Amino acid sequence: MIVIVDYGVGNLGSLRNMLKKIGQEALISQDPQAVGKADKIILPGVGSFDHAINNLRSTGLVPVLSECVLNRKIPILGVCLGMQLMTGGSQEGELPGLGWVDAETVRFRFDESLRHLKVPHMGWNTIRVRGASPLFEAMAEGSRFYFVHSYHVRCRAESDVLATTDYGGDFVSAFARENIAGVQFHPEKSHRFGMRLLQNFVEKC
Amino acid sequence: MLITRVIPCLLLKGRGLVKTVRFKDPTYVGDPINAIKIFNEKEVDELIFLDITATLEKRPPPYQVISEIASECFMPLAYGGGIRSLPEIEKIFSLGVEKVCLNAAAVEDPDLIRDAAKAFGNQSIVVSVDVKKSLFGKYEIFTHGGRRSARKEILSHVRRMEELGAGELLLTSIDRDGTRQGYDLDLIGRVADAVGIPVIACGGAGGLNDITAAVKSGAAAAAAGSLFVFHGRHRAVLISYPSREELDAAFPAAPDRET
Repeated sequence: MIVIVDYGVGNLGSLRNMLKKIGQEALISQDPQAVGKADKIILPGVGSFDHAINNLRSTGLVPVLSECVLNRKIPILGVCLGMQLMTGGSQEGELPGLGWVDAETVRFRFDESLRHLKVPHMGWNTIRVRGASPLFEAMAEGSRFYFVHSYHVRCRAESDVLATTDYGGDFVSAFARENIAGVQFHPEKSHRFGMRLLQNFVEKC
Repeated sequence: MLITRVIPCLLLKGRGLVKTVRFKDPTYVGDPINAIKIFNEKEVDELIFLDITATLEKRPPPYQVISEIASECFMPLAYGGGIRSLPEIEKIFSLGVEKVCLNAAAVEDPDLIRDAAKAFGNQSIVVSVDVKKSLFGKYEIFTHGGRRSARKEILSHVRRMEELGAGELLLTSIDRDGTRQGYDLDLIGRVADAVGIPVIACGGAGGLNDITAAVKSGAAAAAAGSLFVFHGRHRAVLISYPSREELDAAFPAAPDRET
């Protein structure tokens, strides 16, 4: 069963809708037992970092999630803020993140010449995939994705970087380490490109 | 870099889609779910749905219809019409909508913009401004489907909305709505100069060249109704949307525009 982790943050209905469209039933849940039985986990999230991590911790799900992800190596996909929560922490807040990947979350900062770029980075943008990954398998040429975010992930290990996107310079738009993956964009709002990515996650990861 | 967004703006009246001319004479153009299915296939950048009678009829947003719409939308979705409070906004987001458009509420209860931006993030709060040119050539803001004058100076209103935390402005020219005579470029230029947030131009698009002109005048994105629901001089109903290639050709300088 695919479980979409519900911790009171974000737009879970649209993830489930898109999974349904590709013939996959997903359970939206904050029940530790259900999460513990998942064979695929999606960690969504919108809003601010501290608020989200606080909410996630208060559901009591962190121990079971860590057990699934770190020990049992259950595939997990972080989406948007869900991706950022997997890092050590964010400049947006003071609380530590889950620390599952060797990365941090930082605010967009631009040189003087790029001051006209707006934050949040909102809209459709393209990605450049580095190397082969099941997540981006059979992805159409010119795939584009919908982004809405003011902070982005910076990986310490180059090898964790799966895809980058250019917005006043390249930032990490997808990472993966073993069973842990994260995407900064919203696949659930990115037409067939997002559908392909979710399908790859469900079938190939 | 970001792609310039071109957004079908669809009007709801009851359960049906309609299209107006200068905010009047709503013509039935079909079923919203059917339209979304077509727009999904055409891979539109974003969709805006506005319930044009909710505020007039003092109705809350039609949650059932919104829920049906949201469950079919595989692109970002904005909803406007009849929204008055934070709990209503929260409920709309819970149905799978990304952004809300606030129009009358932004005029009558500006604090709602601040509270909503704080609670849900600026990027999810769109302030919609409907503008009509007076006999003396002065731009005036209207609410309630163009029926009620807001008695606000336009540039100070939009600046205030930005200060309060609006993430975008949906700027509609009532005079151009449904006419396909082109956007009011002067209006777009003035408003875009006054604020730093993205301005979505709406009202008057007759072709892609109008959209290019709106972007040149300062719009970050462009919305259109008739252009995407009617075809030909006799306004036959036909849902359409330009291909990616056509859009890329229409915005040769797109990378720096949305920015």
